[in-house]
Amino acid sequence: MTERSLHLPDRLAVPGYRRDVEGAHPPLLYRDYKSTVQRAPSRPLTVLPHTLTEVTGPLLGDGRVGALDHDLTRQHPGEPLGERIIVHGRVLDGDGRPVPHTLVEVWQTNAAGRYAHARDQHPAPLDPNFTGVGRCLTDDQGGFRFITVKPGAYPWKNHPNAWRPAHIHFSLFGRAFVQRLITQMYFPGDPLFEFDPIFNSVGDQRTRDRLVSSFDLSETVPEWALAYRFDIVLRGPEATPVEDLEGHR
Amino acid sequence: MSRPITPSQTIGPFFSHALPWPDGPYVVAEGTQGAIWLRGTVLDGNGEPVPDALVESWQADPDGRFDHPDDPRGAVDGFRGFGRCHTDEAGQWAILTVKPGPVPGPDGTVQAPHVDLSVFARGLLDRVVTRAYFPDEEQANAADPVLAGITDPTARATLVAATTDDGYQFDVRLQGDRETVFFAV
Repeated sequence: MTERSLHLPDRLAVPGYRRDVEGAHPPLLYRDYKSTVQRAPSRPLTVLPHTLTEVTGPLLGDGRVGALDHDLTRQHPGEPLGERIIVHGRVLDGDGRPVPHTLVEVWQTNAAGRYAHARDQHPAPLDPNFTGVGRCLTDDQGGFRFITVKPGAYPWKNHPNAWRPAHIHFSLFGRAFVQRLITQMYFPGDPLFEFDPIFNSVGDQRTRDRLVSSFDLSETVPEWALAYRFDIVLRGPEATPVEDLEGHR
Repeated sequence: MSRPITPSQTIGPFFSHALPWPDGPYVVAEGTQGAIWLRGTVLDGNGEPVPDALVESWQADPDGRFDHPDDPRGAVDGFRGFGRCHTDEAGQWAILTVKPGPVPGPDGTVQAPHVDLSVFARGLLDRVVTRAYFPDEEQANAADPVLAGITDPTARATLVAATTDDGYQFDVRLQGDRETVFFAV
């Protein structure tokens, strides 16, 4: 431990990130989703200042991504069954700026609604040609593109005759600990939306709609695959106070 | 242009074939000088282990610095600082790392060595965030601006790990009498 390592340049403020507005995320306790009842913290959260630990974060690079990791249909000897689709979009921050070179991880069921996970007991067939796991790094413009098959709906035991709408799980890092996000992408017009407590844990319709991809004819590959677009917005940086900018000149 | 952020959704129960990496729990390689195991159990409101949680860690290096361009002292190269481990049937996770150094805090304060932790699980619609501090840093902990903000000693104690044979133990209690302090970030 040296003094040098604790020294911060004079008047250089650590840039924070904007706090989420009320209702931006689901509440931790949402009784219609039964698993929250024993797992949601019961005490109010303590506000953590955005220190150096929170405004930095893992920048996980190329070594994490294999050549076929973005193409979930080419990870086995044969092609998976189901409807081949392209899922693409951009990772942006709250100011609309692209988040380049950031790791995007996805996982999903196969076309029959079954995860390649040992504990998934849904009596639907596994597909030997589909694991349902992908990853990529965003490009310079924050863009990503996966090739996969459309996941299926599946039953779960939350309530009688409960079914999850088809979805793809997304995991994102951004460039700061406070930008970390795990979410789910849904497909437009799913008739199961109104019955799904996980989707409806997000309070209002406009906010929920940010979880729903849009059909994107322009990215469709004729004679080959339909396309869906899903843009993901992570928190944006706080505006830097003018006096800090001046002090740093 | 300001854009509304994408809401969080639960990680769900079926991610352990997708997210864990073979080297995920190894913030540092085995055999690294000063390496410690940071271990813990994730428990629900009934005190039952949570066997389907993902724990992620983020921390400074032993000099209190980060391999990140936004560290105003300049990035230190080569310290990943990040660990990822899913819990087993007994709700247990473990990350091999080195103890971080003190980190500059707000308004010229110094933060005691700490590891930021995110916990994801089925039944958590958003991650929960906590911090592990170290029991052998009493003086630094007493001066830490984040710990100082938590006046209830029982609550504050949930943020301090316990010493073990090969490192430290930090249990995460999602709910209940000894509920861990969780942070809004």
